[in-house]
Amino acid sequence: MQVPAPLEYERATSVDHALGLLERLGSSARLLAGGHSLLPMMKLRLANPEYLIDINDLHGELGYIRMEPAQIRIGAMTRHRELLESDALAEAFPIFRDAERVIADPVVRNRGTLGGSLCQADPSEDLSAVCTTLGASCVIRNRTGERVVTMEEFHRGPYETAVEDGEMLVEIRIPVRGGGSSAYEKVERRAGDWAIVSAGAAVWLDGEVIADARVGLAAVGPNTTGLPAVSEALRGKRPSEDLYERAGALAAENCNPATDMRGSADYKRHLAKELTRRALRRSVARINEGV
Amino acid sequence: MTVNGEEVTREIEGRLLLIHFLRDHLGLTGTHWGCDTSNCGTCVVWLDGEPVKSCTVLAAMAGGHEVRTVEDLEQDGKLDPVQQGFMECHGLQCGFCTPGMMMTARALLDRNPDPSAQEIREAISGQICRCTGYATIVRSVQWAAAHEAGSRTDETDSPETVATGTAS
Repeated sequence: MQVPAPLEYERATSVDHALGLLERLGSSARLLAGGHSLLPMMKLRLANPEYLIDINDLHGELGYIRMEPAQIRIGAMTRHRELLESDALAEAFPIFRDAERVIADPVVRNRGTLGGSLCQADPSEDLSAVCTTLGASCVIRNRTGERVVTMEEFHRGPYETAVEDGEMLVEIRIPVRGGGSSAYEKVERRAGDWAIVSAGAAVWLDGEVIADARVGLAAVGPNTTGLPAVSEALRGKRPSEDLYERAGALAAENCNPATDMRGSADYKRHLAKELTRRALRRSVARINEGV
Repeated sequence: MTVNGEEVTREIEGRLLLIHFLRDHLGLTGTHWGCDTSNCGTCVVWLDGEPVKSCTVLAAMAGGHEVRTVEDLEQDGKLDPVQQGFMECHGLQCGFCTPGMMMTARALLDRNPDPSAQEIREAISGQICRCTGYATIVRSVQWAAAHEAGSRTDETDSPETVATGTAS
């Protein structure tokens, strides 16, 4: 029987209330959102918070997808299912729907949240790879105000984030530009599992040349990995199979996978190359199809 | 919390999982306890109208909310069409996964009264039948879809479909 260690349960009724509890309880407390990462870790004693602050009642305050002209703002308590079902989000960034379809299963997606996924800071986690690909920023709030950090700043290492004691992630912001599309490619051992490797891509075209492109990889390093070298290699070029091949090779060179139970480092490098190619190819195809 | 329409109040430990609360504290053993790791899905119950894996929800998290278990499918001595479908189409063999399968199937049909076989398979994709009786489970859900016209009056979309504050 797997159960968490003894804990004190608190329930927050607003963001301010949650921040007050966090400030009072310090490092002995963890926020409990969907619970589908934290509770399994607590069952295995990989996490042992003394206090859990349930923030599910904050869904009204932090469960939203707001489309603005220059950015999309997504509340940290937005659940996987809501991200999957949002047509507006899928239209702007189809990478979200690609990724959501392969995250866990529909029942788990009813509970898990975007903020919880990012705060888990697992290098194999799909939405972290999506947010890395899209150059998202994270809004962290405490009792005195807010700060905004990049994904690179947000994830400090495996299972470690920039969220300090007394703080919480409240919103994820994704910059919006015209003329682009995106895609997500994942290989896993079985449906709904963590990625062996996955690759996200976002491409923006100016006429027939690539104005900008971004690639993000999961499960090939201590954090999900952005690849500026690939962006540089793609900018100003016309999309072609040769170009995707070169980008894939660069992705494989610029990542740092480890051999583990999910596969060897060599196999993961191969996947990084192939999935980068596929994600770029599909992003460009979607632009051309007007998707 | 409300369980199957009845208000229940108990003093519980903070770490108590919803599955154990339902089975051990309320005696509702229809919900089965399986893998403990949110993989197998036999512990699926509804929380505020949505299927959830009750091994990965603290009982305290359901406080003030509505829980529905497999015991509530039968209404006024009449089996739910999903239950009838599982009988008609041999949707169960050992029966271990059945409560979770039926709760997910009921939620699917409430949102989508005429799902395709593919949609049914997707809906139950987080649930494992170790007898591998998936084909008959899909047929059972299809039987329920075909036989519940007129037997229910609540075929509107569930309110959760509008829960996200999407603004464009």
